[in-house]
Amino acid sequence: MPVSDFQPVIGLEVHAQLLTQSKIFCGCSTAFGAEPNRNTCPVCLGMPGVLPVLNQRVAEFAVRTGLALECTIRPTSVWSRKNYFYPDLPKGYQITQFDQPICEHGRLVIDTPQGEKSIRILRIHMEEDAGKSVHDAGGGQSLVDLNRAGVPLLEIVSQPDLRDADEAVEYLKAMRDVLVYLGVNDGNLEEGSFRCDANVSVMPKGSTTFGQRCELKNLNSFRFLKQAIEYEIARQVDVIESGGKVVQETRLWDVNKGVTRSMRSKEEAHDYRYFPEPDLPPLHVSAEAIDAAAKALPELPRAKLQRFTRQYGLPAYDARILTAERPLADYFEACAGHYKDYKKLSNWFLGELMRLLKEEGTPLSALRFTPAQLGELLGAVDQGMVSANAGKDVLGEMFRTGKAPSDIIAEKGLAQVSDTGAIEAVVDDILAKNAGEIEKYRAGKKQVFGFFVGQVMRAMKGKGNPALVNELLKKKLGD
Amino acid sequence: MALTLEQVRHVATLARLSLTPEEEQRFTTQLSAVLDAVEQLQSLDVEAVEPTSHATLTSSRLREDVTRPSLPPEKSLANAPAKSDTSFAVPKIIE
Amino acid sequence: MQLTDLTMLELAAKLAAGEASSEEATRASLARIQQVDPKVRAFLRVDEAGALAAARASDARRKSGSPASALDGVPLGLKDIFLTEGVETTAGSRILEGFVPPYDATVVRLLKEAGLPLVGKLNMDEFAMGSSNESSAFFPSHNPWDVARTPGGSSGGSAAAVAAREVFGALGTDTGGSIRQPAALTNTVGLKPTYGRVSRFGVIAFASSLDQPGPMTRTVADAAALLQVIARPDAQDATSADAPVPDYSADLEAGVRGLKLGVPREYFTEGMDPEVEAAVREALREYERLGATLVDVSLPHTKYALATYYLIAPAEASSNLARYDGVRFGLRAKDARSLRDVYALTREQGFGAEVKRRIMLGTFALSSGYYDAHYLRAQKVRTLIREDFTRAFQQVDALLSPTSPVPAFKLGEKVEDPLSMYLMDIYTLPCNLAGLPGLSVPCGFTKAGLPVGLQILGRPFDEAGLLRIARAYEREHDFFHRSAPL
Ligand SMILES: [Zn+2]
Repeated sequence: MPVSDFQPVIGLEVHAQLLTQSKIFCGCSTAFGAEPNRNTCPVCLGMPGVLPVLNQRVAEFAVRTGLALECTIRPTSVWSRKNYFYPDLPKGYQITQFDQPICEHGRLVIDTPQGEKSIRILRIHMEEDAGKSVHDAGGGQSLVDLNRAGVPLLEIVSQPDLRDADEAVEYLKAMRDVLVYLGVNDGNLEEGSFRCDANVSVMPKGSTTFGQRCELKNLNSFRFLKQAIEYEIARQVDVIESGGKVVQETRLWDVNKGVTRSMRSKEEAHDYRYFPEPDLPPLHVSAEAIDAAAKALPELPRAKLQRFTRQYGLPAYDARILTAERPLADYFEACAGHYKDYKKLSNWFLGELMRLLKEEGTPLSALRFTPAQLGELLGAVDQGMVSANAGKDVLGEMFRTGKAPSDIIAEKGLAQVSDTGAIEAVVDDILAKNAGEIEKYRAGKKQVFGFFVGQVMRAMKGKGNPALVNELLKKKLGD
Repeated sequence: MALTLEQVRHVATLARLSLTPEEEQRFTTQLSAVLDAVEQLQSLDVEAVEPTSHATLTSSRLREDVTRPSLPPEKSLANAPAKSDTSFAVPKIIE
Repeated sequence: MQLTDLTMLELAAKLAAGEASSEEATRASLARIQQVDPKVRAFLRVDEAGALAAARASDARRKSGSPASALDGVPLGLKDIFLTEGVETTAGSRILEGFVPPYDATVVRLLKEAGLPLVGKLNMDEFAMGSSNESSAFFPSHNPWDVARTPGGSSGGSAAAVAAREVFGALGTDTGGSIRQPAALTNTVGLKPTYGRVSRFGVIAFASSLDQPGPMTRTVADAAALLQVIARPDAQDATSADAPVPDYSADLEAGVRGLKLGVPREYFTEGMDPEVEAAVREALREYERLGATLVDVSLPHTKYALATYYLIAPAEASSNLARYDGVRFGLRAKDARSLRDVYALTREQGFGAEVKRRIMLGTFALSSGYYDAHYLRAQKVRTLIREDFTRAFQQVDALLSPTSPVPAFKLGEKVEDPLSMYLMDIYTLPCNLAGLPGLSVPCGFTKAGLPVGLQILGRPFDEAGLLRIARAYEREHDFFHRSAPL
């Protein structure tokens, strides 16, 4: 059977580092990039005698995420120990949640070529991250840095509802947007603060029994996720086609070779011996706390996108870009309160504003002008007080200095000349100097009109109101 | 229940204990005896009983999300059997 | 009379009155250690410099009229399970030999803040796993009442040191009887507080849902005073209780008239030494004479407690002891060439037989395919055992029983027979499974001169009640005045 006769079945496990100041069970900083073991203490080093105490913000973030993903929140959730030995796991067990996680039974809606699709969320649980081992340290040694040990994570597990690599990518993007919107995660795949493993299996089309699945790791970009899943689907189909059986195992995405490969050495004797963590009483979340978190939930990316197209009449393309990040969407809405041509406003956002932000590397939060000032500038352009091109210069100046647009226009003399008398004088002067060209024009060479416009605008240093210049020229030339 | 030597070896692997052959034998006998003794629990009907995993029903004490000073690395690593700069060192991990 | 013959409160009174200094008391304690510890072997480590410095600081506070607490200046010993910043802490194990903690346990901090000089670290069964001190990786401690015998365990060094008057008091920990049983075997008072009453932060874990630190002293009043220092909620222990801490000394002399004291019939079984039974029954009669009513009660699931305990405690221990892996602290096997060796050889060489046995048992009980029938089932039976106590305490104010079924046994007698050793805890460990407070108070001696202990079990957070009941008996029978024949 060709690949097209097989149905891939994919589920994703997302690990999202929570944006807390301190670690999940101790007061060490979660900051990235410190000298090895600089952010460690007896608790996260797993020293004898230490005990974990839960950072309450971790629970708040978990509830917030669960509500955003339409999960049921458990009033009482239980911590468990997952026991295994590895040098970057200081206690010899990871504190996580097992059979009673904080959130269950949610969903995330994604777009597919066939339309909207709801991907079920099996569970969300809180856990601590492990440290980092560096294997190529030389001297026959591996080095262990425990700065990351104890950084809070949410693990979000989907049901195997995804059917191809594109859906998986779409799901992961949508998930990232939600988490970033909620302010619980920075969405950074490259640095590993937003990570993903994929469970992939294939079955003959029409079958209802899933095939044996493999877990893919090291998928630290959307591109790798897509490539790895596509490779893995083809590999599994090959195995089956050649009469073999897919073995349940963990496979690593090899970025350089573009293949997944088995991690057999890690497979030995895995029995995690989960049991309830005796050092942490069950976590209780009150109905009031859940209600309050639900009320405080921000509008989510998908809802915002839909509202932007509806409320502002924007094309989906514009709305998608404007709502990709919450601060940009918020800023757009603030500006929309001062300027009512939303499509034009969107054009300015997608063009000039985003170019400036990118070029200057300025975060939106550091903008030096107000939404009202941007509205004022766009109004001035509409009213012909300043040309569209000059308007861009004004915006640049506002961006750099925070000065009011009217002040900039005045200071730089960018105000457009809409005084008919002044323009007429220039027009007359140009026509008087170019009798030959007038001849040509009147003889039918109409493109000479552009020449006149150019001459007038140059003489006026670009500040002549183009509509008026055109109108006066036509009149004088006798059209 | 009687444990087999194989089971004892498997458990020792899980627990990362490199037992001597003599210890394997001894633990097989001793652990079987203990497991025989705990067999009596099987006679109780606990179907409808909730497990107790915590001695008291206190609700969890939580902490505010504020950072506290970490240990300086020289203290974190003071007891390390092997280290390199401020990292713990182990024989190279073969993946 | 020597200073070391004083109880904690007697010494505190002398210190307050300026009749003795903390430095004198600490030097007396150190001298006594030098004199008798070669026979008792209670100490793993003596911190002479640290203790004397603390004593002098205490004297300065007393002199300036600002003592840090009522017990400021009273020298104390610590079971080697409590982490002490800058002072080696081993839990009686080779695997932690040379480990110098970078922090103090919460209770150690509280003791230091209250001004008590800490003279040293006391011997214990390795990782508190044992009932005789013989599983200590270093040497067994000896019972001051007969040095051929065990002082009990796991807090055997603490009990022996207090009984030998090497220190004025000590802290121990109790997971299945490790404070009460050695107290009973050494004519001392041992109190295991309600689970959560005293912080476990910085106490090397054996079985986290059962462990609880507590005072070991010569008298009931000393136990009350010492508990007062260490009992409080701790922000670093999520299982520590918020329940208010009463004044444990306030009602100490209130007597037992009108109290209902339960006598659980399952705690008077075959296998109990007749002299132990006689001493305990005599104590029961004393309580009647003092005006208490004895009530026959049943704790029907008692016979399952041992099996329950020996699944739950090893299971938790197998996980708690995974951190001793040769990577960050403690022993690493010299011959370890691979990561596998670092783990398996270090743990093979670093742990003793009893610890390995329990790690194996606990690992098995949690392993795939056995969890439900073993660990989970044990947790359910634990619920039944707790409910037994809840029902009993609807009828009575406290329960009375022997602490240990036998008096101190000979060193070496039970080493090769783990099951008979485990039976030493049958009266003490149900209390841990239920998270209740329990206390052992001296109640006489056998003909051979071996101490016998009476166990009193109470409602959660009723340590004050236990102390009051114990004191009522002690007032009539001040066995603590007897000194061990050293
Ligand atoms: Zn830390």
